[in-house]
Amino acid sequence: MSAKMNTGNTKVMNRFDVTSRLIAKLKHEEAVIGGIGNTNFDLWAAGHRPQNFYMLGSMGLAFPIALGVALAQPDRRVFALEGDGSLLMQLGALSTIASLKPKNLIMIVMDNGIYQITGAQPTPAAGVADIVAIAVGSGLSNSAWAADEEDFERLVETAMSATEPHLIAVRIDDKPGVGTTRRDPVQIRERFMHGLGVREPL
Amino acid sequence: MVIAEGTSPQATQGTGERSWHGIVLQTLKRNEISLVPYVPDRVLTPLITSLHADPFFTTFATAREEEAVGIVSGAWMGGRRGAVLMQTSGFATLANVLASLAVPYQIPLIMFVSERGTLGEFNYGQSLVCRTMRPVLDSLALEHHTITRFDELEFIADRSIKQAVTTQAPVALILNPLLTGGKTFDK
Repeated sequence: MSAKMNTGNTKVMNRFDVTSRLIAKLKHEEAVIGGIGNTNFDLWAAGHRPQNFYMLGSMGLAFPIALGVALAQPDRRVFALEGDGSLLMQLGALSTIASLKPKNLIMIVMDNGIYQITGAQPTPAAGVADIVAIAVGSGLSNSAWAADEEDFERLVETAMSATEPHLIAVRIDDKPGVGTTRRDPVQIRERFMHGLGVREPL
Repeated sequence: MVIAEGTSPQATQGTGERSWHGIVLQTLKRNEISLVPYVPDRVLTPLITSLHADPFFTTFATAREEEAVGIVSGAWMGGRRGAVLMQTSGFATLANVLASLAVPYQIPLIMFVSERGTLGEFNYGQSLVCRTMRPVLDSLALEHHTITRFDELEFIADRSIKQAVTTQAPVALILNPLLTGGKTFDK
Protein backbone atom coordinates (compact mmCIF):
# COMPACT_ATOMS: atom_id res chain seq x y z
CA MET A 1 0.00 0.00 0.00
CA SER A 2 1.18 3.45 -0.85
CA ALA A 3 0.33 6.63 0.96
CA LYS A 4 -0.49 8.28 -2.34
CA MET A 5 -3.52 6.05 -2.74
CA ASN A 6 -6.83 7.02 -1.27
CA THR A 7 -6.43 4.72 1.71
CA GLY A 8 -4.86 7.15 4.10
CA ASN A 9 -7.59 6.79 6.70
CA THR A 10 -7.75 3.03 6.32
CA LYS A 11 -6.71 1.00 9.31
CA VAL A 12 -4.57 -2.08 8.82
CA MET A 13 -6.72 -4.93 10.09
CA ASN A 14 -6.26 -8.67 10.47
CA ARG A 15 -7.70 -11.24 8.08
CA PHE A 16 -8.80 -13.73 10.72
CA ASP A 17 -10.41 -11.04 12.83
CA VAL A 18 -12.27 -9.53 9.88
CA THR A 19 -13.36 -12.96 8.64
CA SER A 20 -14.63 -13.87 12.10
CA ARG A 21 -16.60 -10.61 12.24
CA LEU A 22 -18.20 -11.46 8.91
CA ILE A 23 -19.12 -15.01 9.91
CA ALA A 24 -20.68 -13.74 13.15
CA LYS A 25 -23.08 -11.64 11.08
CA LEU A 26 -24.36 -14.51 8.94
CA LYS A 27 -27.79 -15.61 10.17
CA HIS A 28 -29.47 -16.80 6.96
CA GLU A 29 -27.24 -19.61 5.69
CA GLU A 30 -25.37 -17.23 3.41
CA ALA A 31 -22.83 -18.92 1.15
CA VAL A 32 -19.14 -18.02 1.57
CA ILE A 33 -16.48 -18.85 -1.03
CA GLY A 34 -12.93 -18.75 0.29
CA GLY A 35 -10.12 -18.09 -2.22
CA ILE A 36 -6.91 -20.09 -2.14
CA GLY A 37 -4.44 -20.13 0.71
CA ASN A 38 -4.73 -17.84 3.70
CA THR A 39 -8.13 -16.53 2.67
CA ASN A 40 -9.78 -19.91 3.07
CA PHE A 41 -7.50 -20.94 5.94
CA ASP A 42 -8.96 -18.08 7.98
CA LEU A 43 -12.47 -18.91 6.79
CA TRP A 44 -11.90 -22.44 8.05
CA ALA A 45 -10.41 -21.17 11.30
CA ALA A 46 -13.42 -18.90 11.86
CA GLY A 47 -15.49 -22.06 12.22
CA HIS A 48 -16.68 -24.43 9.52
CA ARG A 49 -20.18 -23.87 8.22
CA PRO A 50 -22.00 -26.13 5.73
CA GLN A 51 -22.36 -23.10 3.45
CA ASN A 52 -18.58 -22.55 3.18
CA PHE A 53 -16.62 -23.54 0.10
CA TYR A 54 -12.83 -23.73 0.19
CA MET A 55 -10.69 -23.51 -2.93
CA LEU A 56 -7.55 -25.60 -3.18
CA GLY A 57 -6.21 -24.14 -6.41
CA SER A 58 -7.57 -22.24 -9.40
CA MET A 59 -6.13 -18.99 -8.05
CA GLY A 60 -8.33 -16.01 -8.83
CA LEU A 61 -11.62 -17.85 -9.22
CA ALA A 62 -13.30 -17.08 -5.88
CA PHE A 63 -15.41 -14.31 -7.44
CA PRO A 64 -16.38 -16.31 -10.55
CA ILE A 65 -17.33 -19.34 -8.41
CA ALA A 66 -19.36 -17.09 -6.13
CA LEU A 67 -21.03 -15.50 -9.16
CA GLY A 68 -22.08 -18.96 -10.30
CA VAL A 69 -23.58 -19.74 -6.90
CA ALA A 70 -25.32 -16.36 -6.90
CA LEU A 71 -26.83 -16.98 -10.34
CA ALA A 72 -27.99 -20.44 -9.29
CA GLN A 73 -29.55 -19.28 -6.01
CA PRO A 74 -30.70 -15.67 -6.42
CA ASP A 75 -32.50 -15.67 -3.07
CA ARG A 76 -29.36 -16.51 -1.08
CA ARG A 77 -26.67 -13.96 -0.26
CA VAL A 78 -23.27 -15.12 -1.51
CA PHE A 79 -19.98 -13.80 -0.15
CA ALA A 80 -16.58 -14.28 -1.74
CA LEU A 81 -13.31 -13.75 0.08
CA GLU A 82 -10.33 -13.08 -2.16
CA GLY A 83 -6.75 -11.93 -1.73
CA ASP A 84 -5.35 -9.01 -3.67
CA GLY A 85 -2.82 -11.21 -5.46
CA SER A 86 -5.56 -13.61 -6.48
CA LEU A 87 -7.82 -10.84 -7.71
CA LEU A 88 -4.99 -9.49 -9.89
CA MET A 89 -5.07 -12.79 -11.76
CA GLN A 90 -8.70 -12.34 -12.81
CA LEU A 91 -9.53 -8.63 -12.98
CA GLY A 92 -11.83 -9.24 -15.93
CA ALA A 93 -14.22 -11.03 -13.58
CA LEU A 94 -15.05 -7.67 -12.00
CA SER A 95 -16.48 -6.42 -15.29
CA THR A 96 -18.42 -9.64 -15.84
CA ILE A 97 -20.03 -9.19 -12.41
CA ALA A 98 -20.67 -5.50 -13.05
CA SER A 99 -22.36 -6.39 -16.31
CA LEU A 100 -24.62 -9.06 -14.78
CA LYS A 101 -25.36 -7.05 -11.59
CA PRO A 102 -26.26 -9.98 -9.33
CA LYS A 103 -28.12 -8.42 -6.40
CA ASN A 104 -26.97 -11.10 -3.97
CA LEU A 105 -23.18 -11.11 -4.46
CA ILE A 106 -20.78 -9.48 -2.01
CA MET A 107 -17.04 -9.47 -2.74
CA ILE A 108 -14.45 -8.94 -0.03
CA VAL A 109 -10.81 -8.31 -0.92
CA MET A 110 -8.13 -8.90 1.70
CA ASP A 111 -5.33 -6.58 0.58
CA ASN A 112 -1.90 -6.89 2.18
CA GLY A 113 0.03 -6.04 -0.97
CA ILE A 114 2.03 -9.24 -0.75
CA TYR A 115 2.00 -12.90 -1.67
CA GLN A 116 2.19 -13.78 2.02
CA ILE A 117 2.08 -17.54 1.60
CA THR A 118 4.97 -17.75 -0.86
CA GLY A 119 7.37 -15.59 1.09
CA ALA A 120 5.77 -12.15 1.35
CA GLN A 121 6.92 -10.90 -2.05
CA PRO A 122 5.16 -7.63 -3.01
CA THR A 123 2.47 -7.95 -5.66
CA PRO A 124 2.92 -5.93 -8.86
CA ALA A 125 0.05 -3.73 -7.67
CA ALA A 126 1.58 -2.95 -4.28
CA GLY A 127 2.13 0.75 -3.94
CA VAL A 128 0.83 1.65 -7.39
CA ALA A 129 -2.70 0.32 -7.83
CA ASP A 130 -5.88 0.84 -5.83
CA ILE A 131 -8.18 -2.19 -5.71
CA VAL A 132 -11.30 -0.11 -5.07
CA ALA A 133 -10.47 2.25 -7.93
CA ILE A 134 -9.99 -0.80 -10.19
CA ALA A 135 -13.35 -2.18 -9.08
CA VAL A 136 -15.13 1.14 -9.65
CA GLY A 137 -13.44 1.46 -13.01
CA SER A 138 -14.62 -2.05 -13.84
CA GLY A 139 -18.21 -0.95 -13.31
CA LEU A 140 -18.72 -1.97 -9.67
CA SER A 141 -19.83 1.39 -8.35
CA ASN A 142 -20.66 0.01 -4.90
CA SER A 143 -17.03 -0.54 -3.93
CA ALA A 144 -15.37 0.87 -0.84
CA TRP A 145 -12.41 0.57 1.49
CA ALA A 146 -13.32 -0.39 5.03
CA ALA A 147 -11.87 2.30 7.29
CA ASP A 148 -11.74 0.03 10.34
CA GLU A 149 -13.48 -3.03 11.80
CA GLU A 150 -16.67 -1.17 12.68
CA ASP A 151 -16.81 0.33 9.21
CA PHE A 152 -16.30 -3.15 7.73
CA GLU A 153 -19.29 -4.45 9.69
CA ARG A 154 -21.36 -1.48 8.58
CA LEU A 155 -20.43 -2.08 4.93
CA VAL A 156 -21.35 -5.75 5.26
CA GLU A 157 -24.75 -4.84 6.71
CA THR A 158 -25.39 -2.40 3.88
CA ALA A 159 -24.40 -4.98 1.29
CA MET A 160 -26.64 -7.65 2.83
CA SER A 161 -29.76 -5.63 2.05
CA ALA A 162 -28.56 -4.19 -1.25
CA THR A 163 -29.98 -4.75 -4.71
CA GLU A 164 -26.64 -4.56 -6.52
CA PRO A 165 -23.30 -6.33 -6.05
CA HIS A 166 -20.97 -4.78 -3.49
CA LEU A 167 -17.20 -4.95 -3.08
CA ILE A 168 -15.49 -4.28 0.23
CA ALA A 169 -11.71 -3.93 0.35
CA VAL A 170 -9.84 -4.40 3.61
CA ARG A 171 -6.24 -3.48 4.28
CA ILE A 172 -4.78 -6.34 6.25
CA ASP A 173 -1.48 -7.10 7.94
CA ASP A 174 1.13 -9.61 6.81
CA LYS A 175 0.08 -12.41 9.18
CA PRO A 176 -0.46 -15.93 7.84
CA GLY A 177 -3.77 -17.72 8.15
CA VAL A 178 -4.70 -19.06 11.58
CA GLY A 179 -5.86 -22.56 10.58
CA THR A 180 -5.35 -25.07 7.80
CA THR A 181 -8.31 -26.26 5.76
CA ARG A 182 -8.74 -30.02 5.45
CA ARG A 183 -7.80 -30.59 1.84
CA ASP A 184 -10.55 -33.00 0.84
CA PRO A 185 -12.06 -31.52 -2.32
CA VAL A 186 -14.84 -34.04 -2.85
CA GLN A 187 -16.04 -33.73 0.72
CA ILE A 188 -15.77 -29.92 0.58
CA ARG A 189 -17.91 -29.82 -2.56
CA GLU A 190 -20.43 -32.39 -1.37
CA ARG A 191 -20.95 -30.76 2.02
CA PHE A 192 -21.26 -27.36 0.39
CA MET A 193 -24.03 -28.74 -1.83
CA HIS A 194 -25.77 -30.13 1.26
CA GLY A 195 -25.38 -26.76 2.92
CA LEU A 196 -27.01 -25.05 -0.05
CA GLY A 197 -29.91 -27.50 -0.03
CA VAL A 198 -29.01 -28.91 -3.43
CA ARG A 199 -28.53 -32.46 -2.17
CA GLU A 200 -29.25 -34.65 0.80
CA PRO A 201 -26.53 -36.89 2.30
CA LEU A 202 -26.73 -40.56 1.37
CA MET B 1 -20.18 -30.87 -56.50
CA VAL B 2 -18.68 -27.52 -55.78
CA ILE B 3 -18.37 -26.72 -52.10
CA ALA B 4 -18.29 -23.09 -51.10
CA GLU B 5 -15.11 -22.16 -49.26
CA GLY B 6 -15.51 -22.43 -45.53
CA THR B 7 -18.70 -24.38 -45.72
CA SER B 8 -18.85 -28.12 -45.13
CA PRO B 9 -21.58 -30.21 -46.77
CA GLN B 10 -23.12 -30.79 -43.36
CA ALA B 11 -22.91 -27.19 -42.22
CA THR B 12 -25.18 -26.21 -45.10
CA GLN B 13 -28.04 -28.30 -43.79
CA GLY B 14 -30.74 -25.79 -43.03
CA THR B 15 -31.16 -23.43 -40.14
CA GLY B 16 -32.80 -23.53 -36.74
CA GLU B 17 -33.03 -26.93 -35.11
CA ARG B 18 -31.74 -28.71 -38.21
CA SER B 19 -28.44 -26.85 -38.12
CA TRP B 20 -25.54 -27.95 -35.93
CA HIS B 21 -26.08 -24.98 -33.63
CA GLY B 22 -29.81 -25.65 -33.46
CA ILE B 23 -29.09 -29.22 -32.36
CA VAL B 24 -26.65 -28.00 -29.70
CA LEU B 25 -29.18 -25.47 -28.37
CA GLN B 26 -31.98 -28.02 -28.18
CA THR B 27 -29.69 -30.57 -26.54
CA LEU B 28 -28.65 -28.04 -23.90
CA LYS B 29 -32.27 -27.19 -23.23
CA ARG B 30 -33.39 -30.80 -23.03
CA ASN B 31 -30.71 -31.41 -20.42
CA GLU B 32 -31.73 -28.32 -18.41
CA ILE B 33 -28.46 -26.51 -19.06
CA SER B 34 -29.49 -22.88 -18.79
CA LEU B 35 -26.26 -21.04 -17.90
CA VAL B 36 -23.85 -20.63 -20.83
CA PRO B 37 -20.88 -18.28 -20.38
CA TYR B 38 -18.51 -18.10 -23.33
CA VAL B 39 -15.46 -16.51 -24.86
CA PRO B 40 -16.63 -15.93 -28.42
CA ASP B 41 -15.44 -17.55 -31.61
CA ARG B 42 -16.45 -16.82 -35.19
CA VAL B 43 -17.66 -20.36 -35.77
CA LEU B 44 -19.74 -20.30 -32.56
CA THR B 45 -21.46 -17.03 -33.47
CA PRO B 46 -24.74 -18.54 -34.75
CA LEU B 47 -25.00 -20.64 -31.58
CA ILE B 48 -24.21 -17.65 -29.36
CA THR B 49 -26.76 -15.53 -31.23
CA SER B 50 -29.51 -18.11 -30.83
CA LEU B 51 -28.70 -18.62 -27.14
CA HIS B 52 -29.05 -14.87 -26.56
CA ALA B 53 -32.37 -14.90 -28.41
CA ASP B 54 -33.82 -17.66 -26.21
CA PRO B 55 -34.99 -16.51 -22.75
CA PHE B 56 -34.41 -20.01 -21.37
CA PHE B 57 -30.70 -19.28 -21.34
CA THR B 58 -28.54 -16.95 -19.29
CA THR B 59 -25.63 -16.45 -21.64
CA PHE B 60 -22.84 -13.88 -21.53
CA ALA B 61 -19.21 -13.30 -22.41
CA THR B 62 -16.45 -13.68 -19.86
CA ALA B 63 -12.99 -12.18 -20.05
CA ARG B 64 -11.23 -15.54 -19.84
CA GLU B 65 -12.26 -19.16 -20.28
CA GLU B 66 -11.21 -20.17 -16.77
CA GLU B 67 -13.51 -17.48 -15.41
CA ALA B 68 -16.38 -19.18 -17.23
CA VAL B 69 -15.31 -22.53 -15.77
CA GLY B 70 -15.41 -21.01 -12.29
CA ILE B 71 -18.89 -19.63 -12.91
CA VAL B 72 -20.44 -22.89 -14.11
CA SER B 73 -18.68 -24.78 -11.31
CA GLY B 74 -20.25 -22.49 -8.72
CA ALA B 75 -23.60 -22.75 -10.46
CA TRP B 76 -23.45 -26.55 -10.44
CA MET B 77 -22.84 -26.56 -6.70
CA GLY B 78 -25.80 -24.19 -6.34
CA GLY B 79 -28.03 -26.53 -8.29
CA ARG B 80 -27.99 -24.95 -11.75
CA ARG B 81 -26.46 -26.58 -14.79
CA GLY B 82 -24.12 -24.78 -17.16
CA ALA B 83 -21.83 -25.26 -20.13
CA VAL B 84 -18.88 -23.25 -21.43
CA LEU B 85 -18.27 -22.32 -25.07
CA MET B 86 -14.75 -21.55 -26.26
CA GLN B 87 -12.21 -21.87 -29.02
CA THR B 88 -9.21 -24.20 -29.14
CA SER B 89 -6.80 -21.50 -27.97
CA GLY B 90 -9.10 -20.81 -25.02
CA PHE B 91 -9.05 -24.42 -23.98
CA ALA B 92 -5.27 -24.16 -23.85
CA THR B 93 -5.61 -21.77 -20.89
CA LEU B 94 -7.56 -24.28 -18.78
CA ALA B 95 -5.05 -26.91 -17.59
CA ASN B 96 -4.77 -25.39 -14.12
CA VAL B 97 -8.49 -24.99 -13.47
CA LEU B 98 -9.24 -28.46 -14.79
CA ALA B 99 -6.60 -30.03 -12.55
CA SER B 100 -7.35 -27.95 -9.45
CA LEU B 101 -11.12 -27.43 -9.59
CA ALA B 102 -13.19 -29.44 -12.07
CA VAL B 103 -11.46 -32.80 -11.68
CA PRO B 104 -10.61 -32.98 -7.95
CA TYR B 105 -13.97 -31.55 -6.86
CA GLN B 106 -15.79 -33.89 -9.29
CA ILE B 107 -17.70 -31.20 -11.15
CA PRO B 108 -19.50 -32.14 -14.38
CA LEU B 109 -17.95 -29.37 -16.42
CA ILE B 110 -19.42 -29.40 -19.93
CA MET B 111 -17.22 -27.74 -22.55
CA PHE B 112 -17.95 -27.07 -26.19
CA VAL B 113 -14.74 -26.28 -28.05
CA SER B 114 -14.80 -24.86 -31.56
CA GLU B 115 -11.80 -26.50 -33.17
CA ARG B 116 -9.32 -24.19 -34.84
CA GLY B 117 -5.92 -25.28 -36.08
CA THR B 118 -6.86 -28.09 -38.43
CA LEU B 119 -8.46 -28.77 -41.82
CA GLY B 120 -7.45 -25.56 -43.50
CA GLU B 121 -6.01 -23.48 -40.67
CA PHE B 122 -4.23 -20.35 -41.87
CA ASN B 123 -2.73 -19.20 -38.56
CA TYR B 124 0.39 -21.12 -37.51
CA GLY B 125 -0.20 -20.30 -33.83
CA GLN B 126 -3.68 -21.80 -33.97
CA SER B 127 -2.39 -24.99 -35.58
CA LEU B 128 0.25 -25.36 -32.87
CA VAL B 129 -2.02 -24.65 -29.90
CA CYS B 130 -4.55 -27.14 -31.29
CA ARG B 131 -1.97 -29.88 -30.87
CA THR B 132 -1.87 -29.26 -27.11
CA MET B 133 -5.60 -29.83 -26.59
CA ARG B 134 -5.98 -33.60 -26.76
CA PRO B 135 -2.75 -34.34 -24.85
CA VAL B 136 -4.02 -32.12 -22.00
CA LEU B 137 -7.40 -33.86 -22.01
CA ASP B 138 -5.74 -37.28 -22.14
CA SER B 139 -3.25 -36.42 -19.40
CA LEU B 140 -6.18 -35.92 -17.01
CA ALA B 141 -8.06 -38.89 -18.49
CA LEU B 142 -10.95 -36.59 -19.37
CA GLU B 143 -13.77 -37.75 -21.60
CA HIS B 144 -13.69 -35.99 -24.97
CA HIS B 145 -15.25 -36.45 -28.36
CA THR B 146 -14.47 -34.81 -31.67
CA ILE B 147 -17.74 -34.33 -33.51
CA THR B 148 -17.37 -34.38 -37.29
CA ARG B 149 -20.77 -35.57 -38.48
CA PHE B 150 -24.13 -33.84 -38.26
CA ASP B 151 -25.97 -37.14 -37.90
CA GLU B 152 -23.88 -38.04 -34.83
CA LEU B 153 -24.00 -34.65 -33.12
CA GLU B 154 -27.19 -35.04 -31.10
CA PHE B 155 -26.34 -38.54 -29.91
CA ILE B 156 -22.81 -37.63 -28.84
CA ALA B 157 -23.79 -34.34 -27.21
CA ASP B 158 -26.86 -35.65 -25.40
CA ARG B 159 -25.21 -38.84 -24.14
CA SER B 160 -22.02 -37.02 -23.13
CA ILE B 161 -23.91 -34.41 -21.12
CA LYS B 162 -25.87 -37.11 -19.32
CA GLN B 163 -22.69 -39.06 -18.63
CA ALA B 164 -20.91 -35.97 -17.29
CA VAL B 165 -23.77 -35.27 -14.87
CA THR B 166 -24.24 -38.84 -13.67
CA THR B 167 -20.52 -39.58 -13.29
CA GLN B 168 -19.71 -36.07 -12.00
CA ALA B 169 -16.86 -35.73 -14.46
CA PRO B 170 -15.93 -33.08 -17.05
CA VAL B 171 -16.42 -33.62 -20.76
CA ALA B 172 -15.08 -31.76 -23.80
CA LEU B 173 -17.09 -31.80 -27.01
CA ILE B 174 -14.84 -30.66 -29.84
CA LEU B 175 -16.75 -29.19 -32.77
CA ASN B 176 -14.66 -30.07 -35.83
CA PRO B 177 -14.68 -28.01 -39.07
CA LEU B 178 -16.28 -31.00 -40.81
CA LEU B 179 -19.36 -30.26 -38.66
CA THR B 180 -19.30 -26.49 -38.49
CA GLY B 181 -17.50 -25.43 -41.67
CA GLY B 182 -14.69 -23.98 -39.62
CA LYS B 183 -13.05 -20.65 -40.29
CA THR B 184 -11.15 -19.87 -43.46
CA PHE B 185 -8.63 -17.26 -44.44
CA ASP B 186 -10.96 -14.77 -46.07
CA LYS B 187 -13.30 -14.44 -43.09
